[in-house]
Amino acid sequence: MLKIKNLEAAVEGNQILKGLNLNVNAGEVHAVMGPNGGGKSTLANVLAGREEYEILSGSVEYDGQDLLDMAPEDRARAGVFLAFQYPVEIPGVGMSNFLKTALNDMREARGESALDAMDFFALIREKLELVNMDEKFLSRAVNEGFSGGEKKRNEVFQMAVLEPKLAILDETDSGLDIDALKTVANGVNAQRSKDNAIIVVTHYQRLLDYIVPDFVHVLSDGRIVKSGDKNLALQLEEQGYDWLKNESGAAVAA
Amino acid sequence: MSDEQETIEQFTKSEYKWGFTTDLDTDFAPKGLDEDTVRFISAKKNEPEFLLEWRLKAFRHWLTLKEPTWPNVKYAAIDYQDAYYYAAPKEKKELLSMDEVDPDIRATFDKLGISLEEQKRLSGVAVDAVMDSVSVATTFKDELSKQGIIFCSFSEAVQEHPALIKKYLGSVVPYTDNFFATLNSAVFSDGSFCYVPKGVRCPMELSTYFRINAANTGQFERTLIVADEGATVSYLEGCTAPMRDENQLHAAVVEIVSHKGADVKYSTVQNWYPGDENGKGGIFNFVTKRGICHEKAKISWTQVETGSAITWKYPSVILRGDDSVGEFYSVALTNNHQQADTGTKMIHLGKNTRSTIISKGISAGKSNNSYRGLVRVASKADSARNFSQCDSLLIGDRCGAHTFPYLEVSNKSARIEHEATTTKIGEDQIFYCNQRGIDTENAIGLIVNGYCKEVFRELPMEFAVEAQKLLAISLEGSVG
Repeated sequence: MLKIKNLEAAVEGNQILKGLNLNVNAGEVHAVMGPNGGGKSTLANVLAGREEYEILSGSVEYDGQDLLDMAPEDRARAGVFLAFQYPVEIPGVGMSNFLKTALNDMREARGESALDAMDFFALIREKLELVNMDEKFLSRAVNEGFSGGEKKRNEVFQMAVLEPKLAILDETDSGLDIDALKTVANGVNAQRSKDNAIIVVTHYQRLLDYIVPDFVHVLSDGRIVKSGDKNLALQLEEQGYDWLKNESGAAVAA
Repeated sequence: MSDEQETIEQFTKSEYKWGFTTDLDTDFAPKGLDEDTVRFISAKKNEPEFLLEWRLKAFRHWLTLKEPTWPNVKYAAIDYQDAYYYAAPKEKKELLSMDEVDPDIRATFDKLGISLEEQKRLSGVAVDAVMDSVSVATTFKDELSKQGIIFCSFSEAVQEHPALIKKYLGSVVPYTDNFFATLNSAVFSDGSFCYVPKGVRCPMELSTYFRINAANTGQFERTLIVADEGATVSYLEGCTAPMRDENQLHAAVVEIVSHKGADVKYSTVQNWYPGDENGKGGIFNFVTKRGICHEKAKISWTQVETGSAITWKYPSVILRGDDSVGEFYSVALTNNHQQADTGTKMIHLGKNTRSTIISKGISAGKSNNSYRGLVRVASKADSARNFSQCDSLLIGDRCGAHTFPYLEVSNKSARIEHEATTTKIGEDQIFYCNQRGIDTENAIGLIVNGYCKEVFRELPMEFAVEAQKLLAISLEGSVG
């Protein structure tokens, strides 16, 4: 589904990604871990198409298409979803209006007819339950005055409504207490299927207790320096990232 | 007496030397502006003597006035002699039904998306269409007249209800008021008149569509709305004009009288040609709108301003009666080279008077958007209250937003609150929307409509929908 080859990217003139390779197939959950500044968020933003990130070289193929050549909204319509690390507030724009616009723009791009109000509300009520959110939340403005936990749940709620093929969760666990973490994880797990893929970007192992990944990658200094299964995450939890730095340094030297 | 005054006195008292002939088949007043023009217009309209006198007094006063320079707008000097002050559509005859309206004129309405028949049939809105100064169609009049409501063109009101015109014309905006209002008083062509009798609740939204169609014709609309004691009326005004290359002057006057316990709501969606993206062409819109509230009365102005090259407009309320209420809800959007200097005046004279001001300015392109508002509390206005909120939204980095709040408080018991914010549409807000599959133009529409929500909810339903579309259209291409 996703093939990233030798990806190099910079932000504000600083090169962050330095030749990243990653393959993700349908039905898989990949965790991307690593120290701060290693390039985790850059990877997430580059995949979503954020303008400030400059692609220096490499390629990203998504479903047979050149992802890097697509506008952000076209990527979204093709099924790429980013759960933001810091969801932005949009005052005055109601959640239900926002989601209805998003959903119907996507449906239109796919040649489907727009959902009417009845069908739309039936759909979102069902999805609200997934993340344990009250219906009152729909009449609030997008992220305005939301607590940290509410913002993150809101991201997962939107993911549930939009049903992406490839979801990228950027530090969705940060700032959550354990109950909120479980809620978010349950929401994500409910969406796992053989047809879609999820990339979980996280600094800590604890989210992976609840969203169990098929693969774990360590992203450090702009490259994937180690890949493994879920046990790698546990090893990282115990030993930190420093031993990997030495190992990758050795690998480059060799 | 100074020389100047003497000259004026002489001028105004002198007999009309050059004589005056009215060519009633002429559809244009001769180009330029002098007493002849004023007499021509009055004669064309077969006006009673008092009105001609009033116009002439205004004209003579206008000669003593200078165009104001305080607004935060720039434009090339207007040559008031290089314009026509009266234009009527050809074929002016009594119309018994819509079918008799000139097909060309109807086609123009259709192009603008406003079919009178549609309006008539579907929306239940009585429409008094003003095409180039002369009313060509009035609908629903019979139903309104059953309740004693008068809703007609200003010219018609002059003929049918001269006593009401004489009583109220200039009672809120006197002919000496300001340069543009005085000009309007001298040469106003037509407009609308509405009178709602005591205790009557007007059963439908009243709506007038103004159009500017003939090249080089200044438009001087005059609207007068009188709500008698305990009456209620909601009045809509919507404007749009075809593309035009030359600047067109528009100086309208709206007067509202809200008697004891009456409630008048006046909503405007203004979308005149703003000029092209290089700032060429566009309407100059210098408008004086003012209402007076008697005891326990209310006047509410709601405006959505997206058009015109220059907007100069301060819908105001004089809160004369105790316990009266004034409201001003405004969205002013400027794009490309548009300039807007708009706001309101709330004049608290009575006790326990209350006013609310919600102003949302949106600037895009290279435009300039100013809010200018005055809250005055007179010494006898015990316990007056005002709340003002003035927000500015910037799109891009070449536009400007300015706020000029004026406060004049002469009573210590007054409670005045003022809040102001300036924000930019963030790249991250747009990206967030993009990431959910919403393209940039729709994203801006969504964000801007969210920002204007407090004003839109004051608009009648069909206008709110129209206004939202208008904002999106007006912002097309403003980001990229």
